[in-house]
Amino acid sequence: MSEIITTPATSSTGRTLRTEEMILNMGPQHPATHGVLRLELVVDGEIVVDVIPHIGYLHRCFEKHCEHMTNYQQVIPYTDRMDYVASMTNEFGYVVAAERLLKIQVPERVEYIRVIMAELQRIASHLIAIGTYGIDIGAFTPFLYCFRDREKILDLFEMTCGARLLYNYMWVGGLSHDIPPDFIPKAKEFCAYFKPNIKELNDLLTYNEIFVKRTANVGVLPADVAINYGCSGPMLRGSGVDWDLRRDDPYSVYHKFEWDVCVGKGEMGTVGDCWDRHIVRAREMEQSVRIIEQALAQIPEGDVHAAIPKRIRPNPGEVYARIESPRGELGYYIVSDGSATPYRIKARSPAFSNLSVINEISKGAMIADMVAIAGSIDIVLGEVDR
Amino acid sequence: MSPQEILERLTANFPDSAFGIEAKLDAPVDPWIKVSPQHIIGIAQFLRDDDELQFDFLSSLSGVDLKGKLSVIYHLSSLVKKHKITIRVEVPTEAPEVQSVESIWKTANWHEREAFDLFGIRFTGHPDLRRILLPYDWEGYPLRKDYQVPEFYNGMRVPY
Repeated sequence: MSEIITTPATSSTGRTLRTEEMILNMGPQHPATHGVLRLELVVDGEIVVDVIPHIGYLHRCFEKHCEHMTNYQQVIPYTDRMDYVASMTNEFGYVVAAERLLKIQVPERVEYIRVIMAELQRIASHLIAIGTYGIDIGAFTPFLYCFRDREKILDLFEMTCGARLLYNYMWVGGLSHDIPPDFIPKAKEFCAYFKPNIKELNDLLTYNEIFVKRTANVGVLPADVAINYGCSGPMLRGSGVDWDLRRDDPYSVYHKFEWDVCVGKGEMGTVGDCWDRHIVRAREMEQSVRIIEQALAQIPEGDVHAAIPKRIRPNPGEVYARIESPRGELGYYIVSDGSATPYRIKARSPAFSNLSVINEISKGAMIADMVAIAGSIDIVLGEVDR
Repeated sequence: MSPQEILERLTANFPDSAFGIEAKLDAPVDPWIKVSPQHIIGIAQFLRDDDELQFDFLSSLSGVDLKGKLSVIYHLSSLVKKHKITIRVEVPTEAPEVQSVESIWKTANWHEREAFDLFGIRFTGHPDLRRILLPYDWEGYPLRKDYQVPEFYNGMRVPY
């Protein structure tokens, strides 16, 4: 699949056939674009010459809305709706930024609960990424297995805050609720249940020969290109760059846990191919389980609300805080003018920068491989378009 | 390196006042260094290629409307040295022209298009400066503070 055909097409009489470049629209409605994304492909026969992404179909003026809030807390439900498969981490990034702007310290119990939620969310998000990627390539069964396990995480979220997708759970200065008493045993139960399932998923999909043939050596992203394009998360680590904000620019209580950063090593093909990006996600789920287990064992007692005024008025100033979302570096740049309304909020979404590299890694690929490449980036259009 | 050391390294290499290097390292939360919009590309090149700075990763590029002035904020970090800094430039709203840093960090390609789309900041030297999030025929720059929402777009009433 991945070899580039270089010999020109010939007719039955042996004459070389003239080929013309053609423009093919992939999307806005296409199952492999995972949302409303239009890829304008310039193709020469079956070979992709150029990819021009057209985004913005899901633009909801997140940043403009924020400038009309009357309170910093009101922004949180909007952040939920950016990356709607990883709402917890979106909230996490925003509250970390707002708390740094306000210079407040939240109780330790809050930090632990946030880490547990963020890591559960990372597993849930990676399960969607892996499951839908399987569908893109043609494997339907792993998708069902992934959604079965994700459902258990959503159940945990539901018992905590009542919502299954958009939580509004992390607030500036704390959480909306404390975890219920049976959350910790249930979460431990989930970890024990989920660990063998990762191996099952790998046997079913990751090391499946068809899957390997479709993804290894396809869409190779070299490390220097990844850095230059601002790729982050599994995209960057898949290219062999050992960089994880949870370790390299620590926030919250991540420094208290022991875990490893997973990087792509080119086990099945070249470093930075689609298979490497996939395996980084699969291995990160194991690491997330490790973090959750440690956090559940160490979680302290205490209050889940810091003492902050009802109406938050940060001093004039600005902050850029970033966290490691399932897709990479999620940053919030907040400018305060001293009033209760944020003067400017910019969300640096990881999928936006990750998607911008698509032209670079799909030149010379086959049209069929475009699906594999687009799926391996793991975009969520709600976050790309904001 | 601390922001102080980064600033010293920068002023040592760009001593002329034309580069407009100003800093606020005791800013309430994040320290920043302001430079001239006419020289941002040379300074960006230096920030990326200098052996001691090695700012290889442009995290984010944001526009801000400061009422009368437009500002572009570059959040840089180094994956090798593990330090970070905020660089900013300011231009008057009537002539919002900033040199593009697309040739230094490709991240800037889409981020500058976004700043152009929402603030109308013109990045000179950008290879493909067109709207990215809004429709290509949208008028006005919505994140400017004086923006008025149009009543109609292509004959359709804009809801609010």
